Amino acid sequence: MNSSEIPILRLGKVLLAGLSNELDDKTALRFADELSHQVSAIGAEAVVLDITKLEIIDSFAARILVEIATMARLLGARVVLAGMRYPVAITLVELGLDLPGVETALSVEHAMDKLAPPGGSRVG
Amino acid sequence: MSDRKLVKNGQVCSLPIRAEDDLLTARHAVRAAALQAGFGLVGQTKLITAASELVRNCYVHGGGGDLVIEHLSPPPRAGLRLTISDDGPGITDPAKALVDGFSTGPGLGHGLGGAKRLVHEFHLETEPGKGTTVVITRWAG
Amino acid sequence: MSGRERAREEIVRILGEHRDQIAAAWIEAQESRLASAGAVNADELREEVDTIIAGLYEGLAATMPLDRVVTGFAPLRNAVTDFSHRWARLGVSATAIAGAIFALKDACVRVLADGIPDPELRLEATELVHRLLDGAGLLTFQTYVDSREEIIQRQNRQLLEISTPVVRLWHRVLAVPLIGTLDSARAQIVMESLLQAIQDNEAAVAIIDITGVPTVDTAVAQHLMQTVAATRLMGADCILSGIRPQIAQMIARLGIDLSEIITRSSLADALTAAIRMVGDTPAQDARDESTLLNVS
Ligand SMILES: Nc1ncnc2c1ncn2[C@@H]1O[C@H](COP(=O)(O)OP(=O)(O)OP(=O)(O)O)[C@@H](O)[C@H]1O
Ligand SMILES: [Mg+2]
Repeated sequence: MNSSEIPILRLGKVLLAGLSNELDDKTALRFADELSHQVSAIGAEAVVLDITKLEIIDSFAARILVEIATMARLLGARVVLAGMRYPVAITLVELGLDLPGVETALSVEHAMDKLAPPGGSRVG
Repeated sequence: MSDRKLVKNGQVCSLPIRAEDDLLTARHAVRAAALQAGFGLVGQTKLITAASELVRNCYVHGGGGDLVIEHLSPPPRAGLRLTISDDGPGITDPAKALVDGFSTGPGLGHGLGGAKRLVHEFHLETEPGKGTTVVITRWAG
Repeated sequence: MSGRERAREEIVRILGEHRDQIAAAWIEAQESRLASAGAVNADELREEVDTIIAGLYEGLAATMPLDRVVTGFAPLRNAVTDFSHRWARLGVSATAIAGAIFALKDACVRVLADGIPDPELRLEATELVHRLLDGAGLLTFQTYVDSREEIIQRQNRQLLEISTPVVRLWHRVLAVPLIGTLDSARAQIVMESLLQAIQDNEAAVAIIDITGVPTVDTAVAQHLMQTVAATRLMGADCILSGIRPQIAQMIARLGIDLSEIITRSSLADALTAAIRMVGDTPAQDARDESTLLNVS
């Protein structure tokens, strides 16, 4: 496995991926590819992208994230973007990219809570 | 260095931009310079993101070129000026290229206009057939 | 070759051969003007003028339309804007800075007069130098205005940070009660400090209360909407409370769909809503409360 590869963890019907502080274009594209395979392979119901560490999202990365969300939706899975840093959020909004249709959560924990059926046990 | 002294702008570095690997190097260099210039977290992120957009445009649309990072350091404030230039095809209609959503490729077309909003000064100079130069400045703080 | 092109070549030649003489003449003129202020010494002046003359020389020598040399040739434009930035910071007035650039015309023209015997060519060259340096003078002026504005904004910033406190109203509920005129700079500060507080506290709901804000302009309305958008990206919700009709109109005029934003008439109502959103009510209820979340 390449060191720039993004680890994808399977928790039941949820896939959890942890992005590092930087997302380069090639890794992003490979990741989108890999993720779509895994979503369809396990019939995932949700994907949580942990972006707590990610320091920069430019228009390219934003496009990939929106594409991942769209792709997952087509395959029947929700995508939750968890833990976006505030400077990244401000910058994205200023870029005019507010990631329409992508669900968000404050942290991975919150994302999991959000995915858990009301009153029921946690997904995963 | 006294306050009175007219500090000359110090050129930090000039980086070649040819391919995607150079994008990462460029971002790192801008981050390092921004830290050195005392940029806050938000300012840093905005400048690096703007640089990322312009550097990517430089090798994707402009066929490659270079990035020059300069410190603007006369007291009481510091800033960074980035010059991204290429001698590629140029932009036929710069005003249109700056509008969000305009792209001649698969992009979202927010790069150029977005970069402009993320900095304090933005200067685009382009000539069809000759190339494109973008100069951006952001003050620390 | 046209007269203009020949004049341009002559200027390049003379700038190349006599740059020391031009620089010296300019410095002499500046020293008498600025000596009283004592702000700039001769060595520094020398460095400045050398950079500008070098920029002029290179810009004219390059194949670039004349009217683009000042604004389009980066070394020259940077030399001129840097000059303006530095002098402005030393407290030199905008007109004095432009005046210093205009004084370079005299210095150049005097040397041109000696160096070009042909009167027609000399006239053409003189005109050309005037046009170039008038452009440069204007550029210093523009730069001055921009940099002043920036300095003022910066000074205001520190004051603003104190006057826009983010308070914790409830477990995972934050609020910024805004009082007084909200300008673009303050709106920016509010946005940044609120978002940082959301991150630090893992707050689920942020309330921006603008009851105490008499009016907003387009830029501020835009900032408020951006704050709402950024909050959503972070995974939290934002409630705007205390929107006056006039401000609602402004927001509507911007073409922003208010139905996308959670609003409450008062801070108290907003807090009630926020508590329900973070409370141990089922997540589904919180979602009903929040029109922002379009959870499938
Ligand atoms: N250096 C350049 N050389 C030539 N053309 C350019 C250059 N930079 C931008 N352009 C043109 O301007 C258009 C808009 O650029 P912009 O960065 O806004 O969008 P984009 O690169 O197409 O998409 P993205 O949103 O991914 O950046 C480009 O599609 C391209 O046609
Ligand atoms: Mg682009």
